Order: sequence, then structure tokens, then C-alpha cells
Amino acid sequence: MFLLRLVFRNVFRHKLRTWLTVLGITIAILAFGLLRTVISAWYAGVEASSASRLVTRNAISIIFTLPLSYEERIRQTEGVRIVSGGNWFGGIYIDEKHFFANFAIEPKPFFALYPEIILPPEQEAAFIRDRKGFVAGRKLVEKYGWKLGDTVTLRGTIFPGQWDFVMRGIYKGRDKNVDETTFYFQWDYLNEKMKKTYPQRADQIGFFMIGVTRPDIASDVAARIDNEFRNSIAETLTETEKAFQMSWIAMSQAIVTAIQLVSFVVIVIIMAVMANTMAMTARERIGEYAIFKALGFGGGYIAALIFGESLIISMIGCAFGIAFTFPAARAFGDALSTFFPIFNVAPETIYMDIAAAAVIGTVAGVFPSWRSIRIRIADGLRRIG
Amino acid sequence: MAEARSIVEIRNVSKSYRRGSQIVPVLENITFDIAEGEFLALMGPSGSGKSTLLNLLAGIDSVDSGSILIGGLDITTLSETDLAAWRAVNVGFIFQFYNLIPVLTAFGNVELPLLLTRLSRKERHEHVEMALRSVGLSDRMDHYPNQLSGGQQQRVAIARAVVTDPVILVADEPTGDLDRVSAAEILELMSRLNKELGKTIIMVTHDARAAEKAHLIKQLDKGVFINVSS
Amino acid sequence: MNPLPDIPFSYNLRNLWTRRLTTGLTIGGMALVVFVFSAVLMLAEGLKKTLVATGSPENVVVIRKGSDSEIQSGVERLQASTIETQPEVAIGADGQPLVAKELVVVIVLPKRGTGKGSNVVIRGASAESLLLRPQIRLLEGRLPKPGSSEIMAGINIAKRFTGGGLGETLRFGMRSWTVVGIFDAGNTGFSSEIWGDVDQLMPAFRRQAYSSVIFRLRDPSEFEAVKKRIENDPRLSLEAMRETRYYEKQSEMMAKFLRILGISLTAIFSLGAIIGAMITMYAAVANRVSEIGTLRALGFHRRSILGAFLLESLLLGFFGGAIGLFFSAFLQFFTISTMNFQTFSELAFSFDLNFQIAYQAMGFALIMGFAGGLLPAVRASRLPIVDALRAA
Repeated sequence: MFLLRLVFRNVFRHKLRTWLTVLGITIAILAFGLLRTVISAWYAGVEASSASRLVTRNAISIIFTLPLSYEERIRQTEGVRIVSGGNWFGGIYIDEKHFFANFAIEPKPFFALYPEIILPPEQEAAFIRDRKGFVAGRKLVEKYGWKLGDTVTLRGTIFPGQWDFVMRGIYKGRDKNVDETTFYFQWDYLNEKMKKTYPQRADQIGFFMIGVTRPDIASDVAARIDNEFRNSIAETLTETEKAFQMSWIAMSQAIVTAIQLVSFVVIVIIMAVMANTMAMTARERIGEYAIFKALGFGGGYIAALIFGESLIISMIGCAFGIAFTFPAARAFGDALSTFFPIFNVAPETIYMDIAAAAVIGTVAGVFPSWRSIRIRIADGLRRIG
Repeated sequence: MAEARSIVEIRNVSKSYRRGSQIVPVLENITFDIAEGEFLALMGPSGSGKSTLLNLLAGIDSVDSGSILIGGLDITTLSETDLAAWRAVNVGFIFQFYNLIPVLTAFGNVELPLLLTRLSRKERHEHVEMALRSVGLSDRMDHYPNQLSGGQQQRVAIARAVVTDPVILVADEPTGDLDRVSAAEILELMSRLNKELGKTIIMVTHDARAAEKAHLIKQLDKGVFINVSS
Repeated sequence: MNPLPDIPFSYNLRNLWTRRLTTGLTIGGMALVVFVFSAVLMLAEGLKKTLVATGSPENVVVIRKGSDSEIQSGVERLQASTIETQPEVAIGADGQPLVAKELVVVIVLPKRGTGKGSNVVIRGASAESLLLRPQIRLLEGRLPKPGSSEIMAGINIAKRFTGGGLGETLRFGMRSWTVVGIFDAGNTGFSSEIWGDVDQLMPAFRRQAYSSVIFRLRDPSEFEAVKKRIENDPRLSLEAMRETRYYEKQSEMMAKFLRILGISLTAIFSLGAIIGAMITMYAAVANRVSEIGTLRALGFHRRSILGAFLLESLLLGFFGGAIGLFFSAFLQFFTISTMNFQTFSELAFSFDLNFQIAYQAMGFALIMGFAGGLLPAVRASRLPIVDALRAA
């Protein structure tokens, strides 16, 4: 088709200018994609969490515990299927820079409650058999090169002392958004040691993870649990896992909002730059467009030429930008791995990239098209030589 | 008429251009002199090498072989930096499309060559005013090129060309973009500069009427002179 | 021979003005990058200032060995008494050692407006606590009476959290507490805390141990000696550090995060701005080819041409930088209120602009202008005169 051939020829006429513009768009799409990936990483915890699991904790403060005796009473509550107690251990491996989440859990109910954590049955059995055992996520194990049977030591912060653990299992996530950098060990081990060293702190659970019989009764069950413990020594706050994760994000809302804002501003700016480039190019070609018109080609044809060129340039830039987003996200994710254990480029991000590039290409072509269509042939011809 | 000394001496000059993989000869072994105070018109068909010869004389292009002496100085031996400095003082340019700087006023344009000299601000201003007066544009000093007609722009260009009192004036199709009346005015002005101020002028032109104003016409074809008339 | 560009400055300025739209857009792009750059620097500076200012090098913070913060720590009463008797502890005007035994707890309070809960630090304090922190000023109301359910709120809490204002009540630890005073601790972490009587708060939260002990050194140079003694005592298992160092550590993760995010954003954006400048300058050169030829013919050196275009590009950077910096200065009116990842508590800090940041931002802008304009300027200077003149 003649039109298409002409558009392509025009695109590569000014090689340097075209490639610079493509580069500019590549960078903008890359920046946009990275920013959106940061935002989805922030919400990764929420995405991975379930609306049919509940979290019960001390209503006063996240750092306060609940008595172990609550576990049986929660299990008896109507609508509760499984209860698994756990504590955030907060242990440090080597030093503060090597941060990863570590929890003391009750293994049997925990694995029943979290089917998305996949552990080979023989490893699960070995873990349960060894009180000092731990299982860790695949990514964490790869990072530190641990092998089954290795001893790993954590320095306790909340629970003081040096704690030794033996690796008994490596778990994989069923879906891409499951955190594979967590360290789980047996709550019994924690409690035994506490009974010996700080007896007044023994038999205390940090939070209960609860599975309900049917997802639609989740909020009823939550209310029922909290009611059970109202006006007692430790009042509880029960909410869905999703709500719990969201509340953490809400606390850093300011930063997330700032990042979202910046990602859109990037697009606006590059749109302006591209529009400017197209306008410059069109201005230089006014004589040619006048010739086209003199020969009988309509305004629509000229608009198609301009839009075609502008869209092709922005799509080429978009393609490069998307291609570079993946390695860039990997590098970014590695650098910020302590903050974002999950750093994946979501399909939605790619779609938004393409949409952004399309918008850029279209907007860039609007003004020059409008200008070129309106120019009178004689004026245009005079501009040549 | 007494024999004036040669201000321009061209000796065995050859020049060719590369077009793709081919080498196209433009000037072949040209030798001739131009006397001081001469008004020479170079004519010839397209590709004859007349513009090339002009560019070589003006020092904005370099020869493949041979030498060009202007005022006794062989400009083919000058480095690019020295050549630039030489041009500033010794050559005045008049272009077909005036080549004025659009963002400078008439005054600013005429002052440009003087910025390359060591004259003080006051001295520069005096020279500029004098040059503009001599082309009759004192009242339009503060106008920008886009506020002047073609003829007026060319006059500013001429003022710029003479402001440093150069040894030679080179003009490439000076009337090419002008209507008949303006063209005549410009040629008259150039003629006056030549007669009254003794300026040596070398002009490339297609225009027979322009050529008439010159003393000497030389025809070039395929890089060599073909006849001489006066 | 004049070695400097002889082309008049007005030539450069007017050329930028002639192509206003292009110039404007390019300057806009640069301004944005400089804005982000200086915002990041200002944020990091504000964070540092808040946290460092929170402490004094004459105060020592003692927490349980291995804890990373007061919140995770526990100091038994007996251990606290041992600290009190250390000879390096300063004696106050009343003849008592200047030692504060404090309880630090984090609770969730709803924010005004959104109603969303956020973590807030509650500090059980004593009279010595105020003496040790002279930067704390009572703004409204009065100090809480010891032995009562009265509390005072830092100004950030009073502003942002429901129930934190003067006369309002908060409910936690199964009791109601009335806010009788609002205090301002400047740009420090204390401004985001609630203070009450430690002897009332401990039973309310069912705590037997303090979180931390803070004391004033009678002589700041004696720090190492008392630190050594405390840390080497096998009965104590405590660690001691200067208050300034304690608060600096609290922000390390947050600062690192902001730094990485900010710098990579800026790096990417600056590339974009440089490309924008390059496109603009290449177009400028292409537009003025015959002009360049004329200037060269008239005798201007290649260097002058290079200098002229480079100067125009530097001007783009300069104006972009000035505008970006100007707008970033307004950020100083904003305060960021977010959660510190390390301590799980509310942190409010603002943007802090100083001369060094302004200097760095302008320098960055000029570098961008230079980088964008260099190649086009070189191209302009390399044009052969004859070819340039031929392009009308």
C-alpha cells in the first residue's frame, strides 16, 4: 500500500531524529513500567492474600501477644475450620541488611491453611519431626546457598539470644505472587526456650491465622471471635487477611500516591516532547504536503501520513521500552529485594505501556495534522526553496 | 590605462569532488590573474566550476593542487584557523540569499565581522554607521531582516561585506533573488563601490545584465576558461 | 586572535526565543527532572534532620542487647536501677540522677479524615524525660499530672489523628486517657508521639519491664567508659549508644529505600531530558545550517560555533534548573506522614532545602544541558562551509 510505504520512508528519513525520539519514548515507557511495577509490588502482599482467611491479633497493639489458651476457644467458634497460631520472630541473619521475614508457626494447621505453599511431603514430615527444623522459600535458599541439613543461626531481637535452626525443607509458591523468601520454624521450639529463659513470656501467641468454612461468612466469623474476647485481658481484633495487608499499605499511602503521580507525569512530559518533535518535522515538510494537496490528495491522506509516522515511532519506542523493562525490573527488584520480595512485571503493566504509547503517538500527531490540513496550497508551495 | 598590479594570482589550481564512489573533476589546472580594482564576472553553465572557483578565492574551500596568492599571501598554505582569521579581514561576501542572521538587526549584522577584530565598541559603531550610510540604510539600522525588502537586505549584506575594508569582494549570484528594479539598484551600488572606492569585485552570475556592469567577463566550461572579453 | 566565542550573547538568547514552543517544552522537561532530583535530595535531608535532631549526643539510650529498637526491648527494674548508679550519669539540679526509665509501645489510632488506622508511639515518661529532651516545648494546655489518666500529644498526632487534640480522649489499655497538653518537638520524631506517666501506662499495658533507660552523661567524653561497663556486665545483657546514633539507625532502611528509588527515577528521567535537549538542539542546528556557513565564511572559528550552540543548550539547562528548583522550594510547605518500615511507627518529616541542594540541582541541570547539546554543537562546528552555504 502506497500510504504505508510512504509513511515508513518518512519515518527513516531523518534517521538521527527518529532514533532519538524512539530512544526518548523507550526511556519513558521503561520509567512508566518500572514505576507501575513498584506499585504492584507494594500491593503484592494484598494480591496474594485471601478473603477467606482471617487474622486475629491483640486489639491494642500489634506488638502485644494473645494467650495460647485462646486457640481452643477460637477453634470452637462457629464457622471456624482451622486455627494456626504464630509469632513474628524478627530474627536477624548476619546483620540488619540481610532482612527476611521469619515466623514461628504450628506446622500441621499452617500448611493445611496455606495450600499455595508447596512443600514435598517428605520434607514436611522431616520438618515436623525436628523441633529445631525450619523451612524456607526457594528464593531465600538460592540467595544464601543453604542446603538441606545446614544449620542457620538467627539473632533474636524480640526473643533474645542466638537461635540455631536446621534446614528441613524448601517450599515453592503455587502462584507467581507467593512470597518465596520467608523462613518458618516451629512455635514449640520458641516456646520451650521461652519457658526456660523468660517464663513470664511463654505460652503467648502473636497472631492466629484462621480458615473459615465458607468465604461468605468470613466477616460474621470475625465479629464472633472478637465478641468472644471482648472485655477480657487481651481483646482481639479479627479481620480478613486482605484487610490486614491493606492496613499496612495504607500507612505508607503517601509514598504510593506520590509514585503513582510521578508515573503519569512522565507520560505527559514525553508526550509534550514527542508532540514537539512531530510539529517540528511537519513544519519542515509543509511544502511537501502542499504538493500532495496540489496533486489532489485530500486532507485526510495527509493526516494519515502524519499520524502514521507518529504512531510507528511511538510503537517502536514502546516495543523497546517493554523489552528493557524485564531486565530492568530484575535489577531493580534485586536492589530492593529486602523491601519487595515480590517484584514481577504484571500483564496489566504491559497493557498500560502499550496504551500509553498509543496515546503519545496520537496526541503528538494532532496539532501538526490539524495545521497541515488547513494550510492553503499556495502558502505551502511558497515555503519550498 | 596603466597596468594595475595583480591582487589575485591563481596558479595551476585543480579541484575535484567525490560523488559517491566517483571522482568528478571540477577545475583543471587553472592559471590566471585578477588586477587590483578589477570588476570581474564569472559566467558559465551549471557545473562549470565558477562557484567552486569563487569559493577557493574566498578561502572557504581548499584546492587539491596549485596555489592562490591574494595580496601576495598564498592562502593555500594557511591552517584553517589562520584562514578564518584571514577571511575576517580580507574578504567581503555577498550571497544570493543575503544570508543575514535573522535574530540580529541590520546594525548587528553589519557589526558581525568587526567582532573578530580588536576594535573598541565605539570604533565598531562608527564603522557600522559609515557602512550603512554608504548603502543608504542609516534609517533602518534597528530593523530585523524580516522587516526589510529583498533589495534592502542585500544592501545590508553589502554593508556587512565592506565594513572591514576587505581586499576583495566575492559575490555569488547577488541579484539572483531580486526583482528587476532592486537588481539594478544593487548592481549600481556594486559598480560605485568598485569605481569610487576601488574595490576588487569577483562576481559569479547567470544574469547577462549583471555581467554588463562588470569590466571583464570570463566564461568557464567544464573547469576551464573558454574565452575572454572585456 | 580572540580565543573566546565572539558571537554576541543576544544571538543565543534571541535564537531560543524565536523557537519559543520548542524551547519552552525542552526547558519544561528539564525543570521536571530537576524538580524530582531536588525533591529527593530534600526528602532525604528532611528525614536525616528529623531523626538526627531527635537525639542529643550527650544522652545515652540503653536497651536490651540484640533489640533493634525500644519497641522490641525490655529492661527489668533491677537492671534500670543498676544504670542509675553508674558514676558517669549526670546529676540534675534537684540532686537526683538524670535518668529516665521509659516504656515505648505502638498502638493503632485512626487518622482524621480517612479514618484509616496507623501506628502511633506511646511513651511512658517521667519528669526526667522532659529534662533530658530540652527540645520539647509545651504549645497548648499543660503537662499531665503524674498518677492520673492524663496524656499529652505531639503536634503531629494532634493534627492527624482522631482523639489526639486538646481536650479529646483516647481509649487504650482498657482505660480512657485525656489529652491535656500539646507539645512541639520541632522537626523530630517526638512530635509524632503521645506521652503519659510511665507508672500509669505500664500497668495499663500489663508490662513489668521498661523498654529503655535514657540518661545524660555528666561528661560527654566518658561515653566509651560507661558503654563498656554496661555492655560487659554479664548480669545486664544490655547495650548502650548515644541517642543520636540510636535515631540514625532507626532510619537507615527508610533512607536507603528513598535513596535507591529517588536516584534511579532521577537517572531515568535525566536521560529523557537529555534526549529532549538533543532533539531540540539537533533541530536548531539543522534549521540554521546556512547561518552557520555564513558565520564561518565571515571568519568565525569552528570553536565559536561550537561554543554558541553549547551555550544555548546550557541556557536551556539553566532555565530548566532554575524553574525546577523554584517549584521544588514550595515543597517545604508539605509534610510527609508515613510509616517507618523499621520501627513500625508513624514518622512525619518534611522537605528540607539548603544551599548545597540548590547548588547540586543547578549543577545537575547544567550537566544535562551540556550533555544534550554537546553532540549537536560538535556537528554544527564540523559542517564544511561550502556545503552549509549551499543549503539555503
